[in-house]
Amino acid sequence: MILGTLAIGSAIVTIASRHPVRSAMALVLHFFMLSGLYLTLNAQFIAAIQILVYAGAIMVLVIFVIMLLNLSNEEKLKLKLSSRYVLGWVFGSALAFLLMTLYITHSSFSQFNQETAAAVGTVNNLGNELFTNYIVPIELIGVLLTVTIVGALVLAKKKLEN
Amino acid sequence: MQAIPIEYYLVLSGIIFSIGTIGVITRRNAIIIFMSIELMLNSVNLTFVGFAANFGDSSGQVFVFFVMSVAAAEAAIGLAIVIALFRIKQTVNVDEINILKW
Repeated sequence: MILGTLAIGSAIVTIASRHPVRSAMALVLHFFMLSGLYLTLNAQFIAAIQILVYAGAIMVLVIFVIMLLNLSNEEKLKLKLSSRYVLGWVFGSALAFLLMTLYITHSSFSQFNQETAAAVGTVNNLGNELFTNYIVPIELIGVLLTVTIVGALVLAKKKLEN
Repeated sequence: MQAIPIEYYLVLSGIIFSIGTIGVITRRNAIIIFMSIELMLNSVNLTFVGFAANFGDSSGQVFVFFVMSVAAAEAAIGLAIVIALFRIKQTVNVDEINILKW
C-alpha cells in the first residue's frame, strides 16, 4: 500500500515538475518503489534487474544527457498550449476510467498461490526458461543491443568534415 | 503475510499508465516525454509480473526481461537522437522540431 502510494506520487512528480533533474530523481524513486512491488509479487530477479537496469543504467544516461544539454526550467507555455493541456487531461482521465472499470468489473482472478509464485521468480527458474524455451529471442536481443550501440554512436557523433 | 489481491496491482498499473499518457501528451520537453514513456513501459511490466505471479507461470517474467532490454535500447537511441537534434536546433522543445514536416 505504501509502495503503491509512493509510486503514484513520484510518477505525478515526474510529469509535473518543471525542472528535468527533479523529474528524473522522482522517476528513480518510482523505479525503486516498483522494484519493491516486484518483491511483494515474489519476482526477485525482476526486482534486482529493475534497480540495475532502470535506476542504474537508464537514469544515469538520462541525467548525463540533461547535464550535457544544460537544461534548466522551462518557460511557462501554459497560455499558448491550454487546449493541449485540456486535451491531455481529458484523454488521460478517460483512459484511467476505462482501465479502472475494466479491472474492477472483471475482478474474478483467483488469489495467487504463494508457494508456486515464489518458485517462479528465482534466477534459477528464469535462467532455465530463458536459455531453453526462449533461446531465439535471447539471441535476437543480443543482436538488437549490438545494433543499438552502433546506432547510438553514429547518431550522437559529430558530423565529419569532408 | 497475507497476499495482496492481483486487482490492486492492475489498478495501480493502470493509474501509472494513465499518468504516463498525460505526461506524453501535455509536456513539450523531449526528455520528459521520454521519461513518461518509461513510466508507461514500467506500468505494463508491473501488469506482466502481477499476472505471472497470479498464474504461477514464468512466461510473464521472461517477457518483462525482454521489455526491459528493448527499453534500454530505446533509451540509448532516443537520447542519441535528442543530442543530435539539440546540436542542430539548440532546443529540446518538440514543438520547435519540425524538420520532418513537409
